[in-house]
Amino acid sequence: MSNTGLLKSSIGRKFAMALSALFLMIFLLQHLVINLSAIFSPDTFNELSHFMGTNPLVQFVAQPILIFAVVFHFVMGFVLEMKNRDARPVKYAKNNGAANSTWMSRNMILSGSVILAFLALHFIDFWIPEINTKYIAGDMSGLNAEGGFRYYEELLHKFHDPIRVAAYCIAFILLALHLLHGFSSAFQSMGQKNKYITALSKFGVVYSIAVPLGFVIIALVLHLAH
Amino acid sequence: MNLKLKIWRQKNANDKGKMVDYPISDVSPDMSFLEMLDVLNNQLIEKGESPVAFDHDCREGICGMCSLYINGEAHGPDRGVTTCQLHMRKFKDGDTIYIEPFRAKAFPIIKDLVVDRGAFDRIQHAGGFVSVNTSGNTQDANSIPIPKADADLAFDAATCIGCGACVATCKNSSAMLYVSAKVSQFALLPQGQVEAKDRVLNMVKQMDAEGFGNCTNTGACEVECPKGISLDNIARMNREFSKAILDGREK
Ligand code: HEM
Ligand code: SF4
Ligand code: FES
Repeated sequence: MSNTGLLKSSIGRKFAMALSALFLMIFLLQHLVINLSAIFSPDTFNELSHFMGTNPLVQFVAQPILIFAVVFHFVMGFVLEMKNRDARPVKYAKNNGAANSTWMSRNMILSGSVILAFLALHFIDFWIPEINTKYIAGDMSGLNAEGGFRYYEELLHKFHDPIRVAAYCIAFILLALHLLHGFSSAFQSMGQKNKYITALSKFGVVYSIAVPLGFVIIALVLHLAH
Repeated sequence: MNLKLKIWRQKNANDKGKMVDYPISDVSPDMSFLEMLDVLNNQLIEKGESPVAFDHDCREGICGMCSLYINGEAHGPDRGVTTCQLHMRKFKDGDTIYIEPFRAKAFPIIKDLVVDRGAFDRIQHAGGFVSVNTSGNTQDANSIPIPKADADLAFDAATCIGCGACVATCKNSSAMLYVSAKVSQFALLPQGQVEAKDRVLNMVKQMDAEGFGNCTNTGACEVECPKGISLDNIARMNREFSKAILDGREK
């Protein structure tokens, strides 16, 4: 490939967008499975958390890829949005978007921005304290003062505040809306269109509702566990 | 029918332009939309005002010249038709009708409702053709066997009339539906294979250079396209594009 680069073309940018999104959707499923263990078996949750938090492959290979994918996805999302706005400098006096497209498809940047705000909160809630404990304070034990695992206890503590629980739930509703368009859109962007993709898109609808709903249920159960 | 028209008036490319109200009475429901505008223009001329400039040619839905963004939709509320085939019976007595030009940076306004869709021609020049040497012994196209399913899809793609409704209706002013139709009509046929990879790369490059936006797969273009060009063509173009990139054809 020469120096013009894939990302200089509109189709290339969308392809990269779809690839990053695909990675995020796989990650999301994995994240949900681990979190679900928190409501069924706090011990399992503790062990999984300790493994994910200390395994070098997860910490130094998977985690940087994930951070790159998230940053790439939202930066490219904003780049595309700006380019697309620029492509129509004078707006219509009357535009009937609802006549030909879904609200979700027209508002990816809105749902995406809410997800981004949520991610910021989520980082402050969990990621930064983890990095602090493990790599700044140097405590890799994963144990609390009493000698048990600290992860589940910390999780419960976070979901005490009803405002935080509400913020999480709202973000997940917008994630569902983002995915209801995004899932099938990603395959279209990558040029995939056949009967298997059509079937996969139907699964995509289930995924887009079930996965965010799963997170909402977890947040509510943890809140009520107090 | 009595109607209240709100029409975009703009003297020339540099004028700022604005929406102007034009009440019109005694409109027959059997008139086409363009005939209704003809009546309005007659009245304007009689009053000594300048008539509303709008594009049209065949007035039978095949040339792609008529445009207009009517009440927030390209070619108005009807499906599968161009503006010349839209009839006033689609509206009710007393309706307010917004009439605007197709808007996109790549479609600059010339006057009132007339826009320059030359960008489409330049995309077509970049690759929308097959090179045939007229040596005198050119093969008869009909003697090349083509699977019926492919021929049908190619024909469907080839029905695109280049009207620009897809661009006008797209929230991103993306020209993907148009370009994908022009890429697909050749990509599906044996005659188009020789230049297939360069074609898709060159046409997409020109499309980007013209300042069209990026596709978000909203599907609005497919709904508003008067010829029912399918979104599948965009998937096909994306596929053709990645094949060409993987082949190292990128220039
Ligand atoms: C971090 C905040 C996020 C922002 C700002 C954001 C923004 C966007 C935008 C603007 C688009 C539409 C791009 C276009 O087609 O024009 C998009 C597409 C998409 N997003 Fe996000 N998003 C975010 C997070 C996520 C997450 C966490 C996921 C999945 C777990 C996700 C999944 C998708 C998918 C599947 C698509 C469709 C890709 C395509 O059309 O090719 N997004 N995103
Ligand atoms: S794809 Fe449809 S809407 Fe777009 S230019 Fe062709 S005929 Fe017009
Ligand atoms: S004037 Fe030719 S398609 Fe409408």
